[in-house]
Amino acid sequence: MRIALLSDVHANREALSACLAHAQACSVDRYIFLGDYVGYGADPGWAVDTVAAHIEAGAIAVLGNHDAAVVGSDSDLNDTARVAIAWTRTQLTPQQCDFLRALPLSAKRADSLFVHASAWAPEAWDYVTDARAASRSFDATQQRTTFCGHVHVPEIYHLSGTGKIASFTPIAGTAIPLTPQRRWLAILGAVGQPRDGIPAASYAILDEERTTLTYMRVPYDAAGAAAKVRAAGLPAVLSLRLLAGR
Amino acid sequence: MAARGLQPGDVVAGFRLEEELPLAATAAFWRVSRAADDPPLLMKIPRLEHGANPINIVGFEAEQMILPKLSGPHVPRFMASGSLDSPYIVMELIVGESLRAQLAKLPLPAEAVASLGAKIASALHDIHRQEVIHLDLKPSNIILRTTGEVALIDFGFSRHLRLPDILAEEFPGPIGTGPYIAPEQLLGNRTDPRSDIFALGVILYFFVTGERPFGDPSGVREWRRRLYREPVPPRALRADCPAWLQELILRSLEVHPRERHATAAQLAFDLQHPQQVHITSRGKRTRRDGALSSVNRWIHLRRSLPSLRQTIARQLERSPIIMAAIDLSPGQEALGDAMRLAVREILHAHSDARLTCVNVLRLSRLAIDPWEDEQGRNLHSRRLAELQYWAKELPVPAHGITFHVFEAPNPAAALLDYARNNHVDHIVIGARASSPLRRYLGSISSQVVAEAPCTVTVVRATETAAS
Repeated sequence: MRIALLSDVHANREALSACLAHAQACSVDRYIFLGDYVGYGADPGWAVDTVAAHIEAGAIAVLGNHDAAVVGSDSDLNDTARVAIAWTRTQLTPQQCDFLRALPLSAKRADSLFVHASAWAPEAWDYVTDARAASRSFDATQQRTTFCGHVHVPEIYHLSGTGKIASFTPIAGTAIPLTPQRRWLAILGAVGQPRDGIPAASYAILDEERTTLTYMRVPYDAAGAAAKVRAAGLPAVLSLRLLAGR
Repeated sequence: MAARGLQPGDVVAGFRLEEELPLAATAAFWRVSRAADDPPLLMKIPRLEHGANPINIVGFEAEQMILPKLSGPHVPRFMASGSLDSPYIVMELIVGESLRAQLAKLPLPAEAVASLGAKIASALHDIHRQEVIHLDLKPSNIILRTTGEVALIDFGFSRHLRLPDILAEEFPGPIGTGPYIAPEQLLGNRTDPRSDIFALGVILYFFVTGERPFGDPSGVREWRRRLYREPVPPRALRADCPAWLQELILRSLEVHPRERHATAAQLAFDLQHPQQVHITSRGKRTRRDGALSSVNRWIHLRRSLPSLRQTIARQLERSPIIMAAIDLSPGQEALGDAMRLAVREILHAHSDARLTCVNVLRLSRLAIDPWEDEQGRNLHSRRLAELQYWAKELPVPAHGITFHVFEAPNPAAALLDYARNNHVDHIVIGARASSPLRRYLGSISSQVVAEAPCTVTVVRATETAAS
């Protein structure tokens, strides 16, 4: 089965539409969403409805910290993010909020774990940005492979049989074999707010038969999405970073 | 699963074990079969028992990652690979003989070494184009197929430039085989395709002299001697080694990758055209260089390696073989000028490009009598001189340009054959002004465009308004 893994949509309708169309053209069989459907972007209601419709059709989705902040406390977020959360609360219907509230923190499938930030204390929203954080995540789960988002920068950590952790920045379009001899922790890039200097939307396709993971980059109408962010009265920095990919 | 517990007739992952082959100590190799229509297959099962070398265990995993990504006649075709409890790889069993079998016959004649070297270099270029560096090229990893082509095997120490380098991350020291490992590998660089050219240089040296240029060193400390000590020139060991072959071998063995051929295709080209090799002092040397200049080279290498590393991925792109097919007929001077301008621009964009200027004499299909033969020879050398004159002012170093005049009844087919055999990356060809007759008959350039294995630039002299 070929599964599209999409993380950090952040209410970016243009980016998510482009990624879903790309995934469909790549004949994926299933979708897994890794959290943060809202916050930052101008189309939170549409993003939630789209994810909900995919769940109806068999997709899996887990909760992200921005989703949790909208329906709970936003005290862990920075000022800009809090402004966006406050605005997002005015945009969502009670049903859409209920949908977010009901999302699980993580999901398992075969020997894989899907979680927004880290397998270690998922609700603590740890950032896996180095080998120590990766090690905390590896230690917290029995699953061989973990997929997460949250960082907005694609990276793959791997743990060898002798306990060595190394990381690798994936190259878009190259199928990376997730060999069974080691454990893997794949950080997906962001669909709706890339921060690795490349403005194109980022997602990945997991091929279960071949056990490979292929990161994808999808150019989309970032200028259109940025204009909507400005029109919504959200902080200007949120619109600028869509154009810069930072 | 212990490799040694297996018996002929056992079935592993759907493959029936037929016969165990004594190929290497690091793994068990079985000839296997699955379906009647499969080609002969080989199953490789690593030895994981206590005492197995950990580098071979990680190397096996690296090969599982890399082999499925490779294709073409120069590698064994990947069939299947298996998991943690029963690791294995099934691949095409290459029918042919390992180069190791030739070691008893060394030294070989220079022509035989060059022809073999060209085949190996072509195979290397093919994997380099697929972004894989072998990094353990040696006779036992090279198989001469019964069809005459060379296949490379054992990608356990290899690097795929788009995949994690799990070997380097697990083992901090140099990874390779003592006699063949390149200087930059000893310094921890596993991203340079020219490391394989170095190993090929060792093989060529060994095959033409019967001796290995750096002996058979036993530890990493001894391996490092090649960083500051040059090999004895082949001609000192074998006086009949031609200067051009020594030039190519010693250039391949340069301690700094930048001094070697930029690509394996360029080395293959030189090995196939010995009379065109530009011979420097390297080719003429009969003694080793002084110790001081070697030390200087080594210091230079250390200093420049970090900056080199960042540009390696572009190495192949920067170093294309460009073929300029030039029409030297009278009246085509404007086209010749336009061609020179186009070629100059292309050379400008590729710092390590190789230019080959070719001209085809359309051969009459009638038998040639002695008088015509004499005329033909004159024409041939005159054309060669014209080609050299045409290229006189192009910005290419002497070792970066060659000239070829050949005779063929069908010029387009001859140009296409030449491009295929010499790994040409870019053809620049002139098109004469359009005419109804030419449109009807079809031109040489249009046939080349239709069938070329690479990019083609068609150059036309700008027509003047009056015509």
